[in-house]
Amino acid sequence: MTIATDLDTRGELTDERKEPSRLSAIGRFARRNPLGAAGGVVIIVMVLVAVFADFIAPYNPVANAFDRMHEPPGLENWLGTDQYGRDVFSRIVYGARTALLVGFASSFVGATFGLVLGVASAYFSGKIDLILQRIIDIFMAFPLIIMALAVIAIFGTGAQNVIIAITIPFIPRCARVVRSSALAIRELPYIDAARANGFSHTRIILRHMVPNVMAPFLIMITAFVGQAILLEASLSYLGLGVQEPTPAWGLMLQGGAEEYAESAPWIAIFPGIAISLAVFGFSLFGDALRDEFDPRLRSL
Amino acid sequence: MNLSRYLKPVSVAALGAAVAFSFSGISAQAAPKQGGTLNFVVPDEPPSWDGHRETTFALIHPFAPFYSVLIKVNPDNPSSPTDFVCDLCTEMPTPTDGNKTYTFKIKQGVKFHDGSPLTAHDVVASFKKIIFPPEGTTSARVAYFVMVESVEAPDDHTVVFKLKYPSGAFLPALATPFNFIYSKAKLAEDIRWYEKNVMGSGPFKFAGREAGAYVRGERNKDFHVAGQPYLDGFEAIFSNKQAVQVQAVRGDRAAIQFRGFPPKSTEDLVNALGKDITVQESDWNCVLLFTPNHKKKPFDDARVRRALTLAVDRWGGSQSLSRIAIVKAVGGVVFPGHPLAATKAELQQIPGFWPDINKSRAEAKRLLQEAGVPDLKFVLWNRAVDQPYTIVGTWLIDQWRQIGVTVEQKMEPTGPFYARLRSAEFDVTVDFNCQSVVNPLLDVGKFLSEDVGNESYGAYVDRDLDKIFETMNRTSDEAEQRKLMRQFEKRVLDVQAHSFVTLWWNRIIPHRAYVKGWKVSPSHYLNQDLANVWLDK
Amino acid sequence: MYQYILKRLLLMIPTLLGAGLLVFLLLRLVPGDVCILRMTGGAGYVDPKAIDLCRSELGLDRSYAVQFLTFIWDFVRFDFGKSMWTGRPIVEEVGLRFELSLQIAIMATLTAILLAIPLGTISAVKQNTWIDYVVRGFSIAGIAMPSFWLGVLIILGLLITTKSVFGSPWMPPIKYVPIWVDPLYNLSMTIFPALATGYRYSAVATRMTRSALLEVLREDYVRTARAKGLIQKLIIRRHALGNALLPVVTIIGIEFAFLMGGLVVTEQVFNLNGLGKLFVASVTHHDYTMTQVLVMLVATIFVVTNFVVDIIYAWLDPRIRYK
Repeated sequence: MTIATDLDTRGELTDERKEPSRLSAIGRFARRNPLGAAGGVVIIVMVLVAVFADFIAPYNPVANAFDRMHEPPGLENWLGTDQYGRDVFSRIVYGARTALLVGFASSFVGATFGLVLGVASAYFSGKIDLILQRIIDIFMAFPLIIMALAVIAIFGTGAQNVIIAITIPFIPRCARVVRSSALAIRELPYIDAARANGFSHTRIILRHMVPNVMAPFLIMITAFVGQAILLEASLSYLGLGVQEPTPAWGLMLQGGAEEYAESAPWIAIFPGIAISLAVFGFSLFGDALRDEFDPRLRSL
Repeated sequence: MNLSRYLKPVSVAALGAAVAFSFSGISAQAAPKQGGTLNFVVPDEPPSWDGHRETTFALIHPFAPFYSVLIKVNPDNPSSPTDFVCDLCTEMPTPTDGNKTYTFKIKQGVKFHDGSPLTAHDVVASFKKIIFPPEGTTSARVAYFVMVESVEAPDDHTVVFKLKYPSGAFLPALATPFNFIYSKAKLAEDIRWYEKNVMGSGPFKFAGREAGAYVRGERNKDFHVAGQPYLDGFEAIFSNKQAVQVQAVRGDRAAIQFRGFPPKSTEDLVNALGKDITVQESDWNCVLLFTPNHKKKPFDDARVRRALTLAVDRWGGSQSLSRIAIVKAVGGVVFPGHPLAATKAELQQIPGFWPDINKSRAEAKRLLQEAGVPDLKFVLWNRAVDQPYTIVGTWLIDQWRQIGVTVEQKMEPTGPFYARLRSAEFDVTVDFNCQSVVNPLLDVGKFLSEDVGNESYGAYVDRDLDKIFETMNRTSDEAEQRKLMRQFEKRVLDVQAHSFVTLWWNRIIPHRAYVKGWKVSPSHYLNQDLANVWLDK
Repeated sequence: MYQYILKRLLLMIPTLLGAGLLVFLLLRLVPGDVCILRMTGGAGYVDPKAIDLCRSELGLDRSYAVQFLTFIWDFVRFDFGKSMWTGRPIVEEVGLRFELSLQIAIMATLTAILLAIPLGTISAVKQNTWIDYVVRGFSIAGIAMPSFWLGVLIILGLLITTKSVFGSPWMPPIKYVPIWVDPLYNLSMTIFPALATGYRYSAVATRMTRSALLEVLREDYVRTARAKGLIQKLIIRRHALGNALLPVVTIIGIEFAFLMGGLVVTEQVFNLNGLGKLFVASVTHHDYTMTQVLVMLVATIFVVTNFVVDIIYAWLDPRIRYK
């Protein structure tokens, strides 16, 4: 974090002060932003659960068990079973995998493309900027879900296509934000100096501009993951996302869950909580990141 | 209300009995009250308003009340596959000329909603459109009437149908609720006028609609049955989320939903509303199948196809799925309980219906091994409708998982789903056979060769099968029919393994107790003109 | 100033054209054909001649370039044509749905504003106290919860509560009646989705208000006012809030445009016959004309809203005006 600021003013890394240790940096971050830290914990738990799903989940998430249909939470099935007799807890655990996969993939890819577009737009300015801006505007004019719908309609349903469908609307949104940050950098004299020195466009962009928009970039990624999880849930709810019997939180909220909302509420409540927690975690963490990186807000 | 087990197959004598029955009058309960508006929810919207073209219940529920038909199932006995009564005719005719000519007399003084008189010419024009569709139009029931040679009106009140050969399937085909009687004048103006407009002679007049929201009907005071309809009007509200439909009935925003609710929702309604809810139940003339694409490897190998059906535990599935889905009865290709249907003993001979599922699955694995695809992977295409499509699909995938087959399910909305069925671009697809009047002789036409059958999607040609079907339909000896039906069934499900029955549907209609006069039937297409429905409040 | 307005106006045109081109291409990429879907009726017999007839009627047999130009030309003349699926004039199909969507969008925006401004202010003034955390938690919960989950919970809650309190269960109406025809009935239907949606969108606006206000509160002129001895509340109301509202206005403007076509899921849950539902249906049916018009409608709303917001921005902040 401090490295970027040093680059701003001096264009090279100074090492006069001892670089504070990573661990204590995290500690200070946590103290300053307890909510963000809580969010961070949620994210870490989620990632661990997703990675170790095979060890954590007691049952096979897709195996029907008709002797145990819609059982309430108990010793055998900690969060109960759904209408097919499948263990809700196992499905939520594996669902974390789907959620994170979809969330991270679409978020990362979308934000990266957005980064490229935004920086290019800011750096080259002039005509290129104008055209790219218009293109971004055009894509932004489509509500997220409509764009996703169109992509699903073209490519069909399933996890892969959901990722594509969610990535595409993210690109312009990230590009916009990155562009405004990059514009600020562009105006700095040392960029002109670098050009004068004969550095190529690519080198300037990669070496000087991109590192300085890392902050908003990372914030966008965390924000997008939460939104991606929600969007996947909405698509599944509409029946256009991941399909049965894949365990996915949005899918668990669809169809059967509504039917059993009164007699077997655990089928709908737990996936809903899982989604909310995940999005919550990412949002809080993203918020805290933004608070950290925005120097104006830091000094109180 | 399960089908009586003592039905007589269609025959001339039964017709006479049916005529006598239809005049027995309404059962001796409270007298119908006039007035009130019936609100009901419809899960889907029809693509057009032309009954001759459409096959979806989404057309029947809101639009059937606007039209009269020639004959229909008896509203007081809609479960019977042989009890037909006249709507526009005066009495059920006895066929003459070796059972090849049917002469109907049309009621006098019937008027269309715009005041113009309805004559035999309108009936003939409508049926000509159905049986011999003019260029540029589509008729969904051409195959039902393949036995008809001609339909003419020698005078203003007589309609004569001439058949090429005697057929027990003719009257049930005629009674199909989609055979709306249109105005000849309107058809002459624009043969496709009825796709976007309504003008019939039914118990209700079209009183407005809002796209995507509702269709309204108001009482036709000049209806050709005196005293009916009892209702002042109805409102068909569209809502495709089942949860909303159930809540609507619960919150009394709608009194009934005519397709059916799953067992759990029904239980919830009963628990919540107690005596304010009446539940009617019936076997349903609908069955879900799964059909492999015979033109795609490895499904061109009958062993692979047979393995797929051997893996499915239908007897167990019936027990469990009937608690969460609208399926129940285990049966073959014929509506369970019908005289032509296989008995339990006969069923258990067929692969997929063996009583020992472990033995069945072992055999399935062996067949896959033999065919060289022990780790078979494929995509199952399904229709994005929860009940029962998604549930049955999910269940099938789990059944196949148990013989080591990995399946990915892909869902599509109704329109694209139908399109895919016809284009044969799938590995295996969920399929369905939903008919209205229970008419197994015709209903099994679903399984014919792809160039003969209208609804055959497996991309196969089986001339022997077609021959059995034809012979079966030309004989009127019931024993012979039954024997041929068993051969047909065996060929479809076993020998050639073309397409596989899963479970037959179970229709459960919980509705507000104040709705009276409506009786459930084995088909969500039947008995929907609402003429005899009244509200007890 | 006028130059600024003119420049902004001109920039709308390529954006709209681009949106039109994008939706046009996207639709034609979707495999399938509205004529096949229509003509099959159910799953039975289809006459290939009927399909050809349908295609030539709808103009689908002409080249893409011709189709696109026709689309743009018609749109400019406000001739929106007929839906390919139902054959009815699009204006008719869209009309009532537009009304409902607009009403929900306005109500949701109002809810969002009513929630966001006070909450954001409190959160900023009491930064990093537990009040701040609670408010931030509350507003983030709004975007974290899936809207359809919230909707299902609301309806179920209503049914159960009214049953236990009043003896018979009550749920919002499932049929739309315009507000001027029967205001009470209309509001009983629209208030719940509006609240649920408004709550969600207030989250973004709350955070925006909070950060904008925080920024402003650091400004020198605020420090001066404090030095002068003005009470905190007055400072906020008179000096800070005005300037902090700038980015909030932007956000609200953008969100409003999204509310118009993006409420697909909420409409499913509350059975609203709005634009979102129409969108899904028309994409599923490959109804090119309808989808194109809908997208252009939403895009136009978005572009116009942006334009209005830009103008307000410029008017409020002279620095931008004189760029």
